Amino acid sequence: MSLIREQDAVEIRQSLRDMPNPVRLIHFTQELNLEYGRETRELLTDLAALSDKLSLEVYDFVLDKEKVKEYGVDKVPATIVRNGKDYGIRFYGIPAGYEFSALLAAILDVSRGSSSLGEETKEKLHTLSVPVRLEVLVTPT
Amino acid sequence: MRLAHQFALESEQITADCVEATEFPDLATEYQVYAVPRTVLNGRHFIEGALPEQQFLDAVLQAITE
Repeated sequence: MSLIREQDAVEIRQSLRDMPNPVRLIHFTQELNLEYGRETRELLTDLAALSDKLSLEVYDFVLDKEKVKEYGVDKVPATIVRNGKDYGIRFYGIPAGYEFSALLAAILDVSRGSSSLGEETKEKLHTLSVPVRLEVLVTPT
Repeated sequence: MRLAHQFALESEQITADCVEATEFPDLATEYQVYAVPRTVLNGRHFIEGALPEQQFLDAVLQAITE
């Protein structure tokens, strides 16, 4: 049984039709040791099946050390949304509820390779000269 | 959440993690998360709630100059 309801799948498939370019979901897990590890992987698998421009790669947090290092993943489950470039967009934990909407928005933004931010905001962000890590703590509801 | 990810998309200096607090209780405790969303900047500055674009930008810019 899919974790995405058929009615939702129709809507998601529709919105993913707007993707101009392919997007890769890079998922790190340690399925057996995580509370929602299996569900998270299933959710991403079901989602990736809704667009041929969306692909999913799954890595093991313990065994795939080089990939863990490459992406700087420090906890699991972790999901990176990227195209040819890694923009530093990460989801930690199951992207369900509100976060599922955030995941869809991230996929569409990454597919376009640009955001809907104002020009002034973009200009200020482009002048940043120090690394900034934003961790947004959320809950699913 | 989307704002933080959009900021990451626009700036090579920014990475944005969406963290499900209940799955990472140790981190939620460390960052004293009692209400969400709570944004943590470089592990030591805090932004409360979901702010509009301009205010979120100002909060980020102010935090990195402190």
